[in-house]
Amino acid sequence: MTEALDLLTSASLWASVLRIATPLIFGVLGALICERAGVLNLGIEGIMTMGAMTGWLTVWMGADLWTGLAVAAMAGALLGLVHAMLTVPLGLSQHVSGLGITLFGSALAYYIFRLVVEVGESPPTIARFPRIEIPLLSDIPFLGPVLFAQSAPTYLALVAVVVLAWVLNRTPLGLALRMTGENPHAVEAQGLNPALIRIGAVMAGSALMALGGAFLTTTAFNSFFPEMVQGRGWICIALVVFASWRPGKALLGALLFAFFDAYQLRLQTVVDGVPYQLFLMAPYLLSILALVLVARRAQVPAALMVPWRRGER
Amino acid sequence: MRLERRERVPLSLVAVAPLAAIGVALLLAAGLIAAAGVNPLTAYAGMLRSAFGSRLALTEMLTRAAPLILTGLAAAVAFRARLWNIGGEGQFFVGALAVAWAGHVLLPGVLGGPLGIAALMLIGMAAGAVLLAGPALLRVRFGVDEVVTTLLLNFVVILFVGLMIEGPLRDPLAFGWPQSVPIAAEYRLPRLVERTRLHVGLLVAVAAAGVVWLILARTVFGAEARAVGHNAAAAGFAGVSLTRTILGVACLSGGLAGLAGAIEVMGVTRAVTTTMSPGFGYAGIVVAMLAALHPAGVVAAAVFVAAVFVGADGMSRATGVPSFIADVIVALSLLTMLVALLFTTHRIRR
Repeated sequence: MTEALDLLTSASLWASVLRIATPLIFGVLGALICERAGVLNLGIEGIMTMGAMTGWLTVWMGADLWTGLAVAAMAGALLGLVHAMLTVPLGLSQHVSGLGITLFGSALAYYIFRLVVEVGESPPTIARFPRIEIPLLSDIPFLGPVLFAQSAPTYLALVAVVVLAWVLNRTPLGLALRMTGENPHAVEAQGLNPALIRIGAVMAGSALMALGGAFLTTTAFNSFFPEMVQGRGWICIALVVFASWRPGKALLGALLFAFFDAYQLRLQTVVDGVPYQLFLMAPYLLSILALVLVARRAQVPAALMVPWRRGER
Repeated sequence: MRLERRERVPLSLVAVAPLAAIGVALLLAAGLIAAAGVNPLTAYAGMLRSAFGSRLALTEMLTRAAPLILTGLAAAVAFRARLWNIGGEGQFFVGALAVAWAGHVLLPGVLGGPLGIAALMLIGMAAGAVLLAGPALLRVRFGVDEVVTTLLLNFVVILFVGLMIEGPLRDPLAFGWPQSVPIAAEYRLPRLVERTRLHVGLLVAVAAAGVVWLILARTVFGAEARAVGHNAAAAGFAGVSLTRTILGVACLSGGLAGLAGAIEVMGVTRAVTTTMSPGFGYAGIVVAMLAALHPAGVVAAAVFVAAVFVGADGMSRATGVPSFIADVIVALSLLTMLVALLFTTHRIRR
């Protein structure tokens, strides 16, 4: 029991919390942008898979890591464009289209992966993003290794939270985006085009989701393998609700979830006699529990999943 | 240019929609096959041969179609009532697991023969129904979105299956390979065709399609489920209990997916492994959409999806095109079908 508590004070646990949270932060921010504009994007799981594969493939084919991230973001934006075209101008079911994008994104990623890597071959590895030890700051006891010795994409994710919060709450663009998710007719009355705003939001959000996937193959691991996203996308969809569609709370939710995930991983090594599957289940069950707790007072964007067509009420 | 709702939906368009959708999906996938350096026509011919070309191919395809019919029905029933059950995969696995447990621990020596088989199917259905009843209750009582809960439960269930087959239900004779103890021989489903894997589960699935069609089209419950799907608020005003209807739909939908797991264990695998489903639950969603959520269409759509998977396996061995092309084709046909369905209810007006 004391061992389990000792774990909580180890810097390596808290450093890994930030690491595990990174793909979730990208994913939850991406889902948040889409939903704030009124579009549910269940394509997230497939978009993350695609991001993971393209990010890895680009680097493996000789490009540098940042190009890998850029290509992954573009692949995500393209899948987002497909989802946006189906759900915004055509107004099709966001549930079904999103699931279609997830099935398509994963299938396409695996297909391209298999074109490059034969069955049974072990996937080629790449040199991943190194940890950056920020001079002086990383020498601070405990806080140093936790906060100031992370990889570049982790810092990027944290910056993205601040930027997104600022754009959403402090800029005309953010206002237009939020209004599109609450009342697209009011946006139209302002002379803006809600359809374009939604398409743009879904593409931008999907690009972020893909970065989350790419983090897995360029930083957390150093190669791609099928099923590696492991439901992280679905957890992001739950985290958006938990965060009541706010970037700051989304960061908090991602960190909280990552803490449980990091803790259960380490608990497995000190607690005997409990099947490891029970530990692995905990994060999923906690997500469901979190949803139940916040569902009652969730402030859903009013026009989420409500299609908008010009001249139609 | 804008979309305008048609005054009535022409039946001919509804019939053509899935064919057009599949055609476009195959056309798009042809590009990917060409990227693998194989002539798409050769590949598609190979797929046709591998799915329909011989007695073995045909029975293998139908063996694959049987659980797909049931998971397709599960999705169709739920989606009609706008209950977004994406947990077909999890319900499939709890159904399979419940049958493996009951067929080894509970029933042997108690109930044998056809009665035992029927009891096992009911047990599988009950397990699936219970698994979906939870998220359905959370939705009607607390407003928790069932998409996320059913999806997350898929992961929980697979882990639970892993726990059971490495623990209490572990097969000691499997040489360390994690799988459950096989069910007793008396509960194996009889073969439909000798020396193939095709089993009577296919008939069960087709019969289920008939029963579901009857329930949806000819009972008060079916009408209520449809009403809730079209407009939950209006249905409420008309005196339909949302809670009861959604729960009923959940039990039916979860039960069908659980039955899929049951017949797969009793007819094909005998035991449960965590890899026994090539995504039956997820593919069921595609099946349901290709069928425009109609039970009769589900049977045809399941045959199509099964043919794509079985056909792609054979074609892949012959040509080297990755068999994931099947998943691509199936996913693409879901997206194209969504668009095709729109044009059955709407038309373009300049």
